[in-house]
Amino acid sequence: MRLTPILMGAASALAFTVSANAAAITIATVNNGDMIRMQGLTSEFNAAHPDIEVNWVTLEENILRERVTTDIATGGGQYDILTIGNYEVPIWGKQGWLLPLEFSADYDVDDMLPAIRGGLTVDDKLYGAPFYGESAFLMYRTDLLEKAGLTMPDDPTWEFVGDAARKMTDRSAGINGICLRGKAGWGENMALVASMANSFGASWFDETWTPQFDQPEWKETLQFYADLMKDAGPQGASSNGFNENLTLFQQGKCGMWIDATSAGSFVSDPKQSTVADKVAFAIYPHKDGVDNHGNWLWSWNLAIPTSSKNADAAKTFIEWATDKAYTEMVAGKEGWVNVPPGTRTSLYENQNYLDAAPFAAKAKEAMDAADITKPSVKPVPYTGGQFVAIPEFQSIGTTVGQLVAAVIAGQSSVDDALAQAQSTTEREMRRAGYGR
Amino acid sequence: MARAVKTSTRVSYTIAAWVVALLIFFPILYTIITSLKTEGEAIAGFNLIPSFSLESYREVQNQQNYIKPFTNSVVLAVGSTVLGLLIGIPAAWAMAFSPTKRTKDVLMWMLSTKMMPAAAVLVPIYLIFLRLGIMDSRIGMTVLLMLINLPIIVWMLYTYFREIPGEILEAARMDGANLWGEIWHVLTPMAVPGIASTLLLNIILAWNESFWTIRLTTTNAAPLTAFIASFSSPQGLFWAKLSAASVMAIAPILIMGWFSQKQLVRGLTFGAVK
Repeated sequence: MRLTPILMGAASALAFTVSANAAAITIATVNNGDMIRMQGLTSEFNAAHPDIEVNWVTLEENILRERVTTDIATGGGQYDILTIGNYEVPIWGKQGWLLPLEFSADYDVDDMLPAIRGGLTVDDKLYGAPFYGESAFLMYRTDLLEKAGLTMPDDPTWEFVGDAARKMTDRSAGINGICLRGKAGWGENMALVASMANSFGASWFDETWTPQFDQPEWKETLQFYADLMKDAGPQGASSNGFNENLTLFQQGKCGMWIDATSAGSFVSDPKQSTVADKVAFAIYPHKDGVDNHGNWLWSWNLAIPTSSKNADAAKTFIEWATDKAYTEMVAGKEGWVNVPPGTRTSLYENQNYLDAAPFAAKAKEAMDAADITKPSVKPVPYTGGQFVAIPEFQSIGTTVGQLVAAVIAGQSSVDDALAQAQSTTEREMRRAGYGR
Repeated sequence: MARAVKTSTRVSYTIAAWVVALLIFFPILYTIITSLKTEGEAIAGFNLIPSFSLESYREVQNQQNYIKPFTNSVVLAVGSTVLGLLIGIPAAWAMAFSPTKRTKDVLMWMLSTKMMPAAAVLVPIYLIFLRLGIMDSRIGMTVLLMLINLPIIVWMLYTYFREIPGEILEAARMDGANLWGEIWHVLTPMAVPGIASTLLLNIILAWNESFWTIRLTTTNAAPLTAFIASFSSPQGLFWAKLSAASVMAIAPILIMGWFSQKQLVRGLTFGAVK
């Protein structure tokens, strides 16, 4: 009889000890399919780590950036893990806002795709673990290209793309030869235009940080883009972003679409896409004679801010979420086509994945071709690809994006837009103290 | 003849009122329609006939817990309004019945705080919350929302109280009522329509406040505004899910507004025809 209260007391004490030792981590993330899937698998993590409580905060991408920046700058410590892009990781790592990540040997850091790993490393220290990565490639309709009497070359040039887009366009049937981003923003139209400029031989700045919009390569890029959208683009292209073009392509209204490789799974999924069986993929185009495929490279990464109060628990979670075992777990539960792509070499050597994802080989080729340490064929003082990895780029990129969108909307000329881009960027860079 | 003109005027006013009402209500109606579409239909273009798919509601329900943000919204909206009234009623009483030379200036100054862009004080408020340890807490958010809406509460109550003849309060004082009795037993019952509309309007304002509630909460005190914001996606389709989340977030306040509209209109038009 006396044993019961003793046992109950011991159980309560044990429960108290367990709860007292439990660490709670808060993860700030965005509402992407892969992130939501990870959120759904939290119970699997808890099964392996019952002592770590995981709280999720899902935010809109721009609000996430704003909140996370405020939190880090003020040492708020609201988050233990941040979901941030490869634009932020090197900048924040250099500023001492992030903790360097060191993983156990089982984690196999060397399996990370070199291009992705390079973008997250500062002074030989890794500041973010990639959760998924992407480059950009060309998606096209095989039936429309055949009808136009053309064959997609292995290494398409912009000249070919322009010609094919115009031949595929049939506006009476609602078909646009090509759909490209037009919505203003550094991560919207400028992701396309900046990488396009790279592949035309242009650069954002020369070695003394002088803006280069007054150079012929930029004029050629923008003129080509504006003419192409006028001749073969959809109506209202200046308000189209990733999602709008995705819908147009899935509904069979685009002959070609150049965008993130993550779109590959959406356009080839018969449940979502009406043209799933007529889609093929090619590497990002380049201008004839310019050896540059745009260098578009993006990854969403998990990083620990220095203000985190539970850095060890946060590291345990990151190791779980970005390990090879996680990929296998997702494949087992949701199929290989749904695993987060673009972070590990081993995934692209896995026949199950290659069989399930028809876009995988070209996506890997695109990622291998992207070299963020050498964005332009010209010598430049910055790294990046579809962005320039300096803190001022968000503001500059968005301003230039608005000028470019005005050209596509027919409100401004190419020359005026470039002249304004040059003067605005010069002023911003001078204010920020570059080139002194 | 005169009767015919009167009828036609009435009919045209009725039609005009319906058109204006429909225009105002249309965004909400279209959100409800979009929430009943598939993601493909939602982004395909303007269409008033949905396929009545409940898929988005199911996905929203699976992805996020609705109860916690809903509870937080109720606590923050009601809490901040009640707290605001507790401070606002005595303040408005003082300004309406014992005005000084500077009363108008004080009222103007209070209103001017509403003209300040919220983003301008984000960092100071953020730091204050941080230092006081009230980040992501219901108490912190309740006090903040109360402070944000206090100028409106005081202004509305001041306007209503000014309509009440001061002689009635004087009579109550002559009958021996103390200050508390004067406010609680004489003034408040007479101003019930005004207080009720102030209460309802401020609950709606606090319920809909998104700038601060999204930025100063994470998990513990995040209300439905944060719940809606979490469904915006940079890649992939989300309009139908976002609409479903919005409908779930606005439904309670819409229903409350519907049932209390008589009180709300009565309060808002209080003294308007004087």
